[in-house]
Amino acid sequence: METTFLTHTMPSISSKDLRRFGKPLVFALMLLPAVWLAWNWWLAYGFQPNGLGFNPQETSNRFTGDWTLRFLLLSLAVTPFSKLIRSPKPLLFRRMIGLFAFFYVTLHITSYVWLDMLFDWVELWADVLKRIYITVGFTAFLMLVPLAVTSTAGWVKRLGAKRWQRLHKLVYAIGILGVIHFIMMRKGFQIEPLIYAGMLAALLVFRVQKHLQKTKRITG
Amino acid sequence: MLIERSERWQQSENSVTSETIYLNRRRLLAGAAVVGAAALAPSVFAQRDRVLKPLAARPTSFDPGESPTSEAAITQYNNYYEFGTGKGDPAENAWRLKPAPWSVKVDGLVDKPGTYALEDLVDFNALEDRIYRLRCVEAWSMIVPWVGISLASVLKKLEPQSGAKYVAFETLADRKQMPGLRWPVLDWPYTEGLRLDEAMNDLAFLAVGLYGKELPSQNGAPLRLVVPWKYGFKSIKSIVRISLTDTQPATSWNISAPREYGFYSNVNPQVDHPRWSQRRERRIGEFGRRETAMFNGYGDLVGDMYAGMDLGKNY
Repeated sequence: METTFLTHTMPSISSKDLRRFGKPLVFALMLLPAVWLAWNWWLAYGFQPNGLGFNPQETSNRFTGDWTLRFLLLSLAVTPFSKLIRSPKPLLFRRMIGLFAFFYVTLHITSYVWLDMLFDWVELWADVLKRIYITVGFTAFLMLVPLAVTSTAGWVKRLGAKRWQRLHKLVYAIGILGVIHFIMMRKGFQIEPLIYAGMLAALLVFRVQKHLQKTKRITG
Repeated sequence: MLIERSERWQQSENSVTSETIYLNRRRLLAGAAVVGAAALAPSVFAQRDRVLKPLAARPTSFDPGESPTSEAAITQYNNYYEFGTGKGDPAENAWRLKPAPWSVKVDGLVDKPGTYALEDLVDFNALEDRIYRLRCVEAWSMIVPWVGISLASVLKKLEPQSGAKYVAFETLADRKQMPGLRWPVLDWPYTEGLRLDEAMNDLAFLAVGLYGKELPSQNGAPLRLVVPWKYGFKSIKSIVRISLTDTQPATSWNISAPREYGFYSNVNPQVDHPRWSQRRERRIGEFGRRETAMFNGYGDLVGDMYAGMDLGKNY
C-alpha cells in the first residue's frame, strides 16, 4: 500500500521543486537537534532550567552520538528507498544527510573534547589509545573526514566517478565501526545499540543482495 | 515504636513532600481522570503516590564536610537497571516496586538463619545519619546523606559462624515490579558481595533512608548496601537475601565483564578501567572534573584491609 502510494506521489513533485523547497526544509529539520542542544546549553550556561539533566556532559555526548548514527543510517537508507519507490529523487538528499552525519559527529567530538574533558589533551590521548570503544569511534570519525571533504561535485570530477564511488564505499565500514562503538560504550547487554546494529545489517544485506544480482547478471 | 512518633511527623508530612511525589500525585489525578473509573484508580495508581515517611536518626561524625548533592539529582539520576538503563528510567518506573511489607532471607553460615521482616533485621530506633561520598564507576560522583544502620550491627545479630568468610547479597528480581528484567542486561537477579572483614568495617552501611526520609524506590528501597570506598555498583539495592559463605560469591558485573569489574572494585584512580579513566570524576552539579581520591577518600578507615594486596590485580 505504502509503496504504491509513494510511487504515485513522489515523482509528481518535480526535482526543481525538491531542490528549491524540499532541500531547505530537510536541512532545517536535520538542524533541529543541534539547535535544541545549543539552546539548552545556553540555558544551562545561564543557570536556567534546561533539558540536559543532571549530567549535561553525558547528555550531550550521547545526544550527539545518537544523532550521528541516525543520520549515518538514514544516509545509507536513501539508495534502497530510492530503488523501492523506483525514483531517483531521494538521491537529491543523500549528500546532505551524509554531511549532517559528519556535522553531528563533529559536535559529538566537540562535546567530548571541550565540555566533557575540558581540553585535557593528555587524558584525551590516553582515552583514544586505551579505551577501545573510543579508538573504534575515533577511527570511524577519521574515515568520515575524506568522505566529507570529497562530497562536492568538483571532487567527483577530480577523482572520476568510479574512484569516487569506491572511496565512498568506506561509509559501510564507518557504519559498522559506529555501531560497534555504540555497543561497546553501553554497559551490560543492552537492547538499544542492537536495534541500530539490526538496521545497519538490513541496509548492508540489501547492498550485498544487489551486488550478487549484478554479478549474476554479468556472469550469467 | 514508630507509632509513638507518628504525631510529630504526620504534621509535617505535607511540608516535606518532595516535588517528585507532588508531581506523581498530579499524574495520579490525571491518570484517574483518563481512566474515568474511580474504583480502578487505587489499584492501578496507588503506588505512585508513595509518601516517604521521615525517619528519626542520630547524627554521626561521618561527614565529608562537602555540601550534599541535591535531593532532586540523587533521586532522579540513578543507575538501577531493573527499572531501565537510562538515568531517568528508575525515577520513572520504580513506583511499581512494593517496598512494604519487605522480608530478607538470611542463609548460609549463620547461627540465626531465617526469613526476617525488615523491621526485625533493622532496628529503626537505632538509625544513624551518615553523609558519604558516592563514586560511580562511570566517573561521576555525589555526596549523599543516608539514614541507616551499620552492616556490622546487623551481621552480628545473625551470628556468622567461624567458617564464614564472605557476605553475599541479592536484589529482588520480580518481573511484575521491575520492567527492566524483561531484557537480560545482566544475569538477574543482581548479586553483590563483600569479604567478611569489609562487611564488618565501620564504614559498611545498610541504608533505609535518604535526606531524613525513607528510601525512594529508585534509590533501592527499602534496604540497600552502602560501601562508599567502592564503586557505586557494589552498593546493592533492594536487598532480599543475605548469605554468609566460605567462598567468594559471584557478583553480577563481574560475571558480565570480568576484565572490567573485579570483585573488590575499590575506588582507585591508579587502576585503569577499559572504559573510563578513573583518575577524575564529575561531581554532579559541577561543571569541571575533580581528582578521584584513593578509596574515595576513605583510605584511613579501610586501607589496612588491603595491606600487601596487589590492587592492580585485585581490582
